[in-house]
Amino acid sequence: MKILVTAKRVEDYESKIKVKPDGSGIFLEGLKYKINPFDEIAVEEGLRLAAKHGGEVVVASVGGKEVQEQLRHALAMGAHKAVWVNHAGPLDQLGVAGLLAKVCEQEKPDMAILGKQAVDDDQNQVGQYLAELLGWGMATFASKVESLESDAEKAKAPGLAVSADGKAVRVVREVDGGLDTLDVQLPAVVTTDLRLNQPRYASLPGIMKAKSKPIAELTPAGLGVDVTPKLTITKMAAPPARKAGIKVPDVATLVEKLKSEAKVV
Amino acid sequence: MSIVLIVAELQPSGQLRKATLNAVTAGRQLAEKTGGELHLAVLGANPAPVAEELRGFGARAIHTVGGLSQYVAEPYTAALSQLVQSVKADYVGMAATAVGRDLLPRVAGRLRAAMASEVMGYEGSGADVQFQRPMWAGAVIATVKLTTALKVLSFRGTEFPMAEPTGGASEVKAFTASIPASKTAFVDFKEVKSARPNLTEARVVVSGGRGTKGDFKEVEALADLLNGAVGASRAVVDAGWVPNDYQVGQTGKVVAPTLYVAAGISGAIQHLAGMKGSKTIVAINKDGDAPIFQVADYGLVADLFKALPELRESLAKLKG
Ligand SMILES: Cc1cc2nc3c(=O)[nH]c(=O)nc-3n(C[C@H](O)[C@H](O)[C@H](O)COP(=O)(O)OP(=O)(O)OC[C@H]3O[C@@H](n4cnc5c(N)ncnc54)[C@H](O)[C@@H]3O)c2cc1C
Ligand SMILES: Nc1ncnc2c1ncn2[C@@H]1O[C@H](COP(=O)(O)O)[C@@H](O)[C@H]1O
Repeated sequence: MKILVTAKRVEDYESKIKVKPDGSGIFLEGLKYKINPFDEIAVEEGLRLAAKHGGEVVVASVGGKEVQEQLRHALAMGAHKAVWVNHAGPLDQLGVAGLLAKVCEQEKPDMAILGKQAVDDDQNQVGQYLAELLGWGMATFASKVESLESDAEKAKAPGLAVSADGKAVRVVREVDGGLDTLDVQLPAVVTTDLRLNQPRYASLPGIMKAKSKPIAELTPAGLGVDVTPKLTITKMAAPPARKAGIKVPDVATLVEKLKSEAKVV
Repeated sequence: MSIVLIVAELQPSGQLRKATLNAVTAGRQLAEKTGGELHLAVLGANPAPVAEELRGFGARAIHTVGGLSQYVAEPYTAALSQLVQSVKADYVGMAATAVGRDLLPRVAGRLRAAMASEVMGYEGSGADVQFQRPMWAGAVIATVKLTTALKVLSFRGTEFPMAEPTGGASEVKAFTASIPASKTAFVDFKEVKSARPNLTEARVVVSGGRGTKGDFKEVEALADLLNGAVGASRAVVDAGWVPNDYQVGQTGKVVAPTLYVAAGISGAIQHLAGMKGSKTIVAINKDGDAPIFQVADYGLVADLFKALPELRESLAKLKG
């Protein structure tokens, strides 16, 4: 089976993001960049499915030449080949989905696995847009019943269950109030939640091997997609700060404060 | 004049999901800012009772689409997209719940519309209205402009109070959608049954983190004493100690109760993103340098296994 996964380049989720005082953007100095954590989970899931069912994992990323770093990271984890859509300017979710739809038409994967959200934009949209543009079924927020400390996880079993005839995938989803289960015909779009798996580390031999794996370069013009953003950011601001609190020495003081100061109990 | 269409969400039981009322407020505000009118949509197996329940909320019309079963994205996308076109909506929005997050971008895709997720407020007015939304786990509030004719919005419930009825009686109109066969089949829903109030609606939330080592007894006991909900950090959900439905944060639920108690939670920005709008925050952590203390109104450096029972007993005495 062929699986397409995505690897967006984002600020390390542990970086401290600070807005410039003029609201034009964030300070870039000292920021580290990584593969979006949800996309790393997508890559891992693709690799587990390919290990179980045979096949290959193609990783795609849209961005300037620096996104090749994230593609190499996915290749080092074990992805077989990479597709880089070279576009340096701003992009919105509809634009990215339009490009990924064209990549899917070329690559014809059985499944496209994306992260549920990119931790920079926090939009949670591209997978759903992509499924719609392709006319495919979808299952967002894929999870699994077993914990990340379970034996199934230690055995690197995939959380997505492909049916015996290879025509559908069963997906457990994290939704409000519990877990939802869907059967989706293939080809399908799946987006990952954090509980789907614990991604592997790239091994040293993996990193060496990744250097010789192919990265195909495409462009929006070549794919025939107009990526002029329909969503533009006009301003950025810091969120309102909370006023500084205090440390209380003991439970009795805490209760007293909650009662007479905060008046919440 | 613009048309703002707000979509009501039904729970699997068929009842109205309360977050809808926060979205109704967001819709009312948007209708005011754009000089437009508010419409509501109710989609489901049996939309009539919920449409009736919403008649007093001041909408120009309530559009019902029946004959749908349990929520699955494809049929609901078909139905809602046809409705949006039929009422010529300029804005379509709903609460940023799991359903809202799943459905709206797909509808936006069908209608080639731009979408802003987790909208917190507005800037400007008329056709130039822009939307405030969080980025980087809420470290930044961005103002965004959407340039497609139809604009799709999901709303962050904590930023808009629940709508109260305004009187009057909206006209209820049944809409018939044509629903093609779906490529997705619903299999089942494993509900987390709980007698406690809903996490996003509770006045008090008591959350536990990895510091509980999976022992939530004291967290639950305090929540129950205060008639509150139980929340958790992601670490606890990943470990399989509590259901995913308890997760508070950037990628879980956003809550803003009157009182939020965080026990054994370090305070990663991804967790803070989901609770820093709470009115009063109490943190109990044995590490005095834990980042949670930076947002806590009252911080107690202590072992939660000692502090939580003590806190519960004192509060119980106070209640008499
Ligand atoms: C993409 C992404 C998205 C994420 N989204 C979320 C999200 O939505 N919500 C979320 O919560 N996290 C999220 N996380 C995870 C987040 O980064 C943190 O890892 C997580 O919040 C840590 O959980 P914790 O505070 O329970 O655990 P830890 O960071 O391990 O902290 C445990 C704390 O308990 C204290 N402690 C230990 N024993 C005791 C005791 N006996 N008494 C008192 N205190 C004690 C320790 O001092 C420590 O501060 C996300 C991460 C990523 C990468
Ligand atoms: N520039 C990009 N390149 C590759 N994948 C992307 C890009 N932008 C978004 N995605 C994918 O879409 C998912 C959801 O992103 P978003 O809708 O922006 O939150 C991410 O987790 C990625 O898998």
